[in-house]
Amino acid sequence: MWLIFIWLRDSKASKPVIAVVAIIWGVGGVGLLFVISNWVVEQLPMKWMRFLQPYVFVGPALAILSWYLAIPTFRTLVLSLYDAAGVNFVGLDNYIFAFTDASMLESFRNNSLWLVVGTSMSVILGLLIAVLADRSKFETIAKSLIFLPMAISFVGAGVIWRFVYFYKPAGQQQIGLLNAIVTAFGGDPVGWLTVRPWNNFLLIIILIWLQTGFAMVLLSAALKGVPSELMEAARMDGATEIQIFFNIIIPYIQGTIVSVSTTILIATLKIFDIVFVMTNGLYGTEVMASQQYKQMFKFQHFGHGSAVAIVLLVAVIPVMVYNLKQFREREAF
Amino acid sequence: MNNSLKQQRLISDLLVNGTLLLICLVWTIPTFGVFVSSFRTRDDITQTGWWTIFTNPTTLATLNLDNYSNVLTGKEYVYKSPSGEEKTEKGPNLSMNFINSLTVTIPATLIPILIAAFAAYGFAWMNFPGRKIFFVIVVALLVVPLQIALIPVLRDYTKLNLNGTFLAIWLAHTGFGLPLAIYLLFNYISQLPRDIIESAFIDGASHFTIFTKLIMPLSTPALASFGIFQFLWVWNDLLVALVFLGSKPEVSVLQQQLQNLVGTKGQDWHLLTAGAFVTMFVPLLVFFSLQRYFVRGLLAGSVKG
Repeated sequence: MWLIFIWLRDSKASKPVIAVVAIIWGVGGVGLLFVISNWVVEQLPMKWMRFLQPYVFVGPALAILSWYLAIPTFRTLVLSLYDAAGVNFVGLDNYIFAFTDASMLESFRNNSLWLVVGTSMSVILGLLIAVLADRSKFETIAKSLIFLPMAISFVGAGVIWRFVYFYKPAGQQQIGLLNAIVTAFGGDPVGWLTVRPWNNFLLIIILIWLQTGFAMVLLSAALKGVPSELMEAARMDGATEIQIFFNIIIPYIQGTIVSVSTTILIATLKIFDIVFVMTNGLYGTEVMASQQYKQMFKFQHFGHGSAVAIVLLVAVIPVMVYNLKQFREREAF
Repeated sequence: MNNSLKQQRLISDLLVNGTLLLICLVWTIPTFGVFVSSFRTRDDITQTGWWTIFTNPTTLATLNLDNYSNVLTGKEYVYKSPSGEEKTEKGPNLSMNFINSLTVTIPATLIPILIAAFAAYGFAWMNFPGRKIFFVIVVALLVVPLQIALIPVLRDYTKLNLNGTFLAIWLAHTGFGLPLAIYLLFNYISQLPRDIIESAFIDGASHFTIFTKLIMPLSTPALASFGIFQFLWVWNDLLVALVFLGSKPEVSVLQQQLQNLVGTKGQDWHLLTAGAFVTMFVPLLVFFSLQRYFVRGLLAGSVKG
């Protein structure tokens, strides 16, 4: 196995050949690991086999989870108390930096904006579209179109929206859609991505564009679960459609709204690519995850980078606690 | 009375469909614009808006596939700079990045599925000390941001000399995808009917046989749902690739290359537009052919609340 790894790393063979060998080597290797370790355990006396076999099944998963998530959490916590290179203990200095530095404060402000505006707009629009589609004859195609951006990467979305926000000086023909509209109505073209603080909203629109489809799919499924007798009865009693929406539908799908919002909230908290591609954090658009990347790779400051990561972690702890509580209440385990 | 009711319904129908159509247009136009642009010539893209093909249909004749052949082959192309002189530039070679993306994404999808399926079976149908506490840890890790792991794992990779290798990024994506994978597959596998598994046991089948011959085939819908998720997530990822693959061109994936194009050649729209669609080709294919599984996966994941 190791020899193949060395060969793969240093080989000059043609690209597709390497790719195929690498894929077979990687996936096959993991499969082989299970087969061999299980075979070894099955050769042991019954008592030992009984004891060890579960760990053949869950062991690899636990090992990788420990290495990649569980232990790094503590290591990052420790690193956040050390200096740039992770050598000297500096106490809470990195956190003081995180909560006082101007660019960090800016990214906290922006991140809150992302969380509030991005999440609420995605959910509200998702719900609106789900309700409309439910009453329309074009439900499937409309939902597909809204859902489509889910398959597009943040980088790809960045390219698409650069084309919308693109700016050319006044007098030239605009090739960005937004400026073309503005100038068609006789306005002056605007360098959208450089206008503080509104450029943040323009970046958030990209997130909304990507996430609304997700909210729509889940909310639409929940809407279908609202019993129609309930709504018919309300209509009989003379309730308007708007009353039905707020007094029957919303309470009925509340659980889904909460879980959709949480999922989008967590995704938004970690938002990185959109900012990195569109503005690289310039013009007052920095967010936490882009700050963390910058601290880590541009300034090579592991202490600062770790502190920001810990702040991100602390922000999701309420959700984690909620998940664990839900889990404990389930009787399946 | 009846007439006015009919009229009312007609108006509300119009209102519903009209609003929906408007939203769909707004949602689709940005992508459509880039799609059209990717077939336009370099000069056309930078000088006129893509909507020109509607206002001036004669320009339809100039649409071509040159941008795609430029970004895919890395061959040199000639263009006139604004000052009038002819310049030669080398296009990026996205087909290499395309292969890299496949090399990263396929194992980074299959490995976590395999490992998670074994683990989910273990948690669901085997009894061992620590079972509960380990699963609680998996649930806790569901929402942990992967940013937390970047620095420690990067340091390990530097020590192990793994930076910039495919193995490094497979394992990283496996680690970050595992909590959700185990959780989703556990929900599915633990719901499988108990009798099937017990009768297989009585027939003398081992856990391993039951898992490979019975559980895996029965779990195909769940495996497919998670697989699509992980595939799209890995294919579209930029951050993990930036951190663990680095900037070596021979391993860099499509997203990195596209991001490079935005950064260094932000004005080379003809490369950007075609590059964006090369990057989106596979996800869109997956999306359209397997949308049902994808939606099912979303719905299953949402149960976690």
